[in-house]
Amino acid sequence: MCGIVGLYLKNPALESELGALFEPMLLEMTQRGPDSTGFAVYRDPAAAGSLKLVLQNPALDFDWAHVAASLTDAFKVDVDFRREHTHCLIRLAVGEGALRAWLAAEPRPFSVVSIGQHIEIYKEVGLPIEVANAFKLKGLQGSHIIGHTRMATESAVTTAGSHPFSTGSDLCLVHNGSLSNHNRLRRKLEKAGAVFRTENDSEVAAQYLDVQMQQGATLSEALTHALADLDGFYTFTIGTSDGFAVLRDPIACKPAVMAETDDWVAMASEYRALACLPGVKGARLWEPEPATVYVWGGERAAAGH
Amino acid sequence: MSNEQVFDLTARSVRELNQALHDLNGTTTGPQFKVLNAQGNHALAVGIDAPLDVEIDGHVGYYCAGMNKHARVTIHGNAGTGLAENIMSGVVRVKGNASQAAAATGRGGLVIIEGDASARCGISMKGVDIVVQGSVGHMSAFMAQRGRLVVCGNAGAALGDSLYEAEIFVRGTVADLGADCIEKEMTPEHLSELGALLDTAAMPFKASEFRRYGSARKLYHFNIDNADAY
Repeated sequence: MCGIVGLYLKNPALESELGALFEPMLLEMTQRGPDSTGFAVYRDPAAAGSLKLVLQNPALDFDWAHVAASLTDAFKVDVDFRREHTHCLIRLAVGEGALRAWLAAEPRPFSVVSIGQHIEIYKEVGLPIEVANAFKLKGLQGSHIIGHTRMATESAVTTAGSHPFSTGSDLCLVHNGSLSNHNRLRRKLEKAGAVFRTENDSEVAAQYLDVQMQQGATLSEALTHALADLDGFYTFTIGTSDGFAVLRDPIACKPAVMAETDDWVAMASEYRALACLPGVKGARLWEPEPATVYVWGGERAAAGH
Repeated sequence: MSNEQVFDLTARSVRELNQALHDLNGTTTGPQFKVLNAQGNHALAVGIDAPLDVEIDGHVGYYCAGMNKHARVTIHGNAGTGLAENIMSGVVRVKGNASQAAAATGRGGLVIIEGDASARCGISMKGVDIVVQGSVGHMSAFMAQRGRLVVCGNAGAALGDSLYEAEIFVRGTVADLGADCIEKEMTPEHLSELGALLDTAAMPFKASEFRRYGSARKLYHFNIDNADAY
């Protein structure tokens, strides 16, 4: 099992309520995934030439100031950082290539959760209510948000193995299902230069889309290619800096339901997670078709391309 | 006891609702039940065994009216996966759409879906009648054994795959037929039988507008010519 929820706002006036609208959706999916919980929120973009970096260390008193100081030393720029439970949100003016090279240069006492101008990912082992409270989900503002409640099947219950997965800038993916050709695909992507952080099959799907988009594909094109190259069961919800997408495999065993109004587009594994949204009674409500790409927004080119 | 019991699921639990229904199991009469604010909850009105009338307001989650016996359950909304799963008798009507595996393994009774049904509608059906006013998704009537699936719209890919003896009637197009499912002649007996079922389900279509599909019966026994495949 696993629960997926996503909310993409079409009406910017609702951006201040994004977390408050989304939290009940995520909590409703507790029974589908009590092992770990995570969400990717797109908000408050970094200035041009700057990046937002989310790092994780399980110690609640981890010395993030020291990490910030190391980054200042390395890049000679001001580094802004803020502790969020076991995570730390860092902003600094640096290119993505240089930052990734610094992160990979030696073993670091933290893991990288997300890098991008818009994206921030927070994820931890635990029930949705615990994770939502720890990261103050209810108060978050932003343009779109994607969440996942995990019941693990293919790999260990760890923070790194929690969803969403983000391998490249601003793209994230949540997955309900299991891929059957992820080992072969992982080797192929590694040959193309991709670096994997986990043994998780869903990370392979995220990396696949990222590589496609770095090679110039639009979000919609990357997903169309995914239908040919990914084998297994999947319902995906994908976020990019300005896009929101849903894809189901041709067999479509894993559930999905969508709703759209003039104000928002929402996706969930089950309708009950949408029942709390304002205006859902008048919404267009449908079950996404198998092997069909659904995309909203996504006009912006992949960062770094 | 009043003639109508109202269950507002914002105030009372699914368990309370189902217990109240089960308390009447085996009886021959009971109040009408009205369920408000279904909110996508799972397992509403499952396991009824009495000729009750149950009206559900709103969209329902998984397995609504599962294992139903005798009751008439109407859903004023859409239904999630496994609507009327293993229905034994009675009538389950959905005013909206139904998700995957509607009426799966149903042994008797009638399931009416006024909208569309998605994939695997009537999978492994064993005697239930299913009437869908709209279209059905892929792999519908997969391994169906007995009963009738009537589709007033179109049918998705692999209709009737590995079919045993159920009958399938489709008014619109069929994307393609599954293994061992073939089109069959519509005899006067079939026309009259289908006409009666359409009337019972209150569908505004004529039996003559439908085509009939069934099993070619080629998968019943091992064929020695296929030995090389193993």
